[in-house]
Amino acid sequence: MKASNALWKERLAGKLPEELAREIDIFETEVELRQQGKIEEKLFAETRLRRGVYGQRYDNGQRHDGKKTQSLKYPGGSTKGPNTLWDAPGMQRIKIPAGGLNARQLEVAGELAEEYSDCIVHVTTRQDFQLHFVHIEDTPVVMRRLASVGITTREACGNSVRNVTSCPYAGVCQDETFDVTPYARALSKFLLGHPDCQSFGRKFKPAFSGCKQHACGLVNMHDLGAIAVTSRENGTEARGFELYVGGGLGPIPHEAKLLDPFLPPEELLPMAQAIARVFARLGEKKNRNRARIKFLVKDLGIDKFRDLVLEERKAMPGDPRWTAFLEELDRHEEKPLRPPGQIPPAAGSEKYQRWLKTNIRPQRQEGYAVATVALPLGDITANQLRALADIVRRFTRDTIRSTVEQNFALRWISMADLPELHRALDAAGLGEPGACNLVDIVACPGTDTCKLGISSSRGLAGELRSRLATKSFQLDEAVQNLHIKISGCFNSCGQHHLADLGFYGVSRTINNYKVPHFQVVLGGEWENNAGSYGMSMFAIPSKNIPEAVDRLTEKYVRERQPQEKFKDFIKRIGRAAVKSLLDDLTGLPAYQTNPSYYSDWGDPREYTTSDIGAGECAGEVVPQVVFDLGAAEREAFEAQVLLEKGEVQKAGQMGYQAMVHAAKALVRNEFQDIPEDFERIVNEFRARFHDTQKFNDPFVGGKFAHYLFAAHKRDGAPFTLEQAQHTIEEAQLFIEASHGCYNRMVAPKAP
Amino acid sequence: MELQHVNVKVSLPSPGGIDPEGFIPVFHGWIQDQVLEELLIDVASYAHVINGPGVVLIGHRADYSIDSTGGRLGLRYNHKAPLSGSNFERFKQSARAALQACRLLEENPQLKGLRFNAGELELFVNDRALAPNTPEIRAACEPELREFFQWLYQPIGFALELEKDPRQRFGARAKAVGAVEIKQLLERLKG
Ligand code: SF4
Repeated sequence: MKASNALWKERLAGKLPEELAREIDIFETEVELRQQGKIEEKLFAETRLRRGVYGQRYDNGQRHDGKKTQSLKYPGGSTKGPNTLWDAPGMQRIKIPAGGLNARQLEVAGELAEEYSDCIVHVTTRQDFQLHFVHIEDTPVVMRRLASVGITTREACGNSVRNVTSCPYAGVCQDETFDVTPYARALSKFLLGHPDCQSFGRKFKPAFSGCKQHACGLVNMHDLGAIAVTSRENGTEARGFELYVGGGLGPIPHEAKLLDPFLPPEELLPMAQAIARVFARLGEKKNRNRARIKFLVKDLGIDKFRDLVLEERKAMPGDPRWTAFLEELDRHEEKPLRPPGQIPPAAGSEKYQRWLKTNIRPQRQEGYAVATVALPLGDITANQLRALADIVRRFTRDTIRSTVEQNFALRWISMADLPELHRALDAAGLGEPGACNLVDIVACPGTDTCKLGISSSRGLAGELRSRLATKSFQLDEAVQNLHIKISGCFNSCGQHHLADLGFYGVSRTINNYKVPHFQVVLGGEWENNAGSYGMSMFAIPSKNIPEAVDRLTEKYVRERQPQEKFKDFIKRIGRAAVKSLLDDLTGLPAYQTNPSYYSDWGDPREYTTSDIGAGECAGEVVPQVVFDLGAAEREAFEAQVLLEKGEVQKAGQMGYQAMVHAAKALVRNEFQDIPEDFERIVNEFRARFHDTQKFNDPFVGGKFAHYLFAAHKRDGAPFTLEQAQHTIEEAQLFIEASHGCYNRMVAPKAP
Repeated sequence: MELQHVNVKVSLPSPGGIDPEGFIPVFHGWIQDQVLEELLIDVASYAHVINGPGVVLIGHRADYSIDSTGGRLGLRYNHKAPLSGSNFERFKQSARAALQACRLLEENPQLKGLRFNAGELELFVNDRALAPNTPEIRAACEPELREFFQWLYQPIGFALELEKDPRQRFGARAKAVGAVEIKQLLERLKG
């Protein structure tokens, strides 16, 4: 779409980390191949998801305009996945490991939002960034510009290891056991693109927390969670992790199970790898509704699962990366820019005083504080990102973190600088008080952009936010500290299970009209790393939710016992009392009396569920062997391009390499740890597929295998033009035969 | 130099305050009634963000928004797809599309009393590779901008202020020295 895509590629050539540059070039080729119809759409869909390129609502070319369904007539005829039109705008997710960013990265994110999206960067509940309404053909350049500042989008979506999250206060928190940041970063780096993590049936989300009692890491709701702990042996303190597995939200939330009460740091990476291998091998692949690791843990039981993981761990070949990171733990330590200080007494406006109360958290290091920048609905503009970048440079040593509450945390702020910091934030429209409390509502994208959205989570969040903002500081302190979280559907991306007041979108048909509703979920626990999940109550029309919030909070203020938490209050009064309090709100006036009930917050169209599409959260389950064969095909394509450019030697070599990689794809299906050694691959292929006649084509027998053997036998001899041409053609036939072989292997046996 | 992705923002004075959310049903109506001869997709609201894109009508080739970036409220037209022709023609196309949208909004009964100031336009290039905001690019492109506004605001004249912040996109704000009607400008931009 952008006229400058080729220009950026040229301008950034040689300036990106080599590995990232290569990956993006590969993705760009895949985009091109899909346009030419040379990659199958399901495979391309999972490929782009693994680069963070996600679908968006209406990308099937259908949209209900409030009266009728219109077909959106995009010019291009191709698709970028099943039922997903090529030209329809999509979302680009950007991984931010442990939420850590610097000023230049903020600026680049802002520039991309302006040039490719709608001027907004959205911070997600997993510390990621999202850009919406991005054209697929612009995504390689978006990735290049991000890579130029050290950010990757790889495995931000799809059936892969997603962003590794961690407490944004790690390293400065008063209550932490130790700083988990270097461990979170090491795990993130280690698992990124790891061969053992390429054939999951669904996504896999890791999280780290520095302590047990607070919410910041939300370990309990993650596929893999690590909480920092220490133990004393022979008078010395040793670091370790309580390792959890199998937590998750979704329609049925699961609390994570303790896999190991004390995992030493040198075992963190190998243990995560072993878990990944067991998940890849035994996790459900066909039924995506049961494909998260939580189901595997549940089905096997944690003890059996642990045994399998330990067995796997023993059998795994060693990897120096498992412990290499431990030698440079200090590299991640953040230092202050300014000397410590005290908050200047009684300075500033009422807004500043409120901000001090809600947005400032003293650090473990005397004289310093963390300042939370509250973002409404997780949104920030490009100009605000530039202003924030200036603030980061002015007050810190170039660091800031995104948070799971869709905010930013500025750390190492000298207490003496707080008035000045607030002035700078406020000038950029970022100085609002109320961080992490009642008004700081978390919401998933919902019907705004998500294909699965049922009700408008952001619309409701916006409405509640503006109502509560005006009165929140008159409210009782106990109410001010409550959390509201909203999801657009049962998939729980807004983490409603963990909120005091949680809501998720549902619809009801009333008098032949569809009506947007929210299911009310009360008394979830945000603290204790998402300690327990809320109780599901009943559904209320969207337009009555603000009134329901008022009634619930008022009752809590009126009737709570001293120090009673909202979750305990709800448990004590029980479902029946909640029902009688809100019962009249479950009904609604007839359409003719008040049609506003029949449209959603922030969206005046008459409500419908007909825009809900197939989600891409899970993507398609594409077996690793199909990915590997796809990669070999791409190499064969690249070989052709090289030949066209007259680079005969490179072209011939690339054709040969494509054949070896296709053979490796088949071998790896049986022998997971096959190394990248061409001699070994060819020998394994010969023994496992040729000698056993598994590779034999039903019509021409073992002919195609001999193409590989002949090419391998050349042993680096130079290619003539004709030989290079032949090798590439043979590579294409060999890859086809490999696909055929794999299809025969997985075909159901005749009874 | 080829300048693509030309954006034009028409100022919207708001002495009594204007609620950007009031534009949400109007933009939905444009999609419903296919008011514009182009593919319109959806409406996104960022009215909760201070000095942001406000309410955006997302299209395939272009977006329209009630935007308050920089604390300046106005209708912004963002041409996303590359266009053939000269820079002058691309300036014309974006100015025409922006002003046509303003006229439609002024005529909308749901937005009674709305008046854009056609005498105050911002024009910028939404592409930092084609037009990085450097002194060299500003020097090279200023004459083209002047030529365009000269033509647009003839005979009354205008003042031009280039955006000098290198982190912002290359562009300028033009202020006509007298009163200008949207109708007049659209007439000129017709050809
Ligand atoms: S909770 Fe549902 S609506 Fe919200 S982002 Fe997740 S899948 Fe979409």
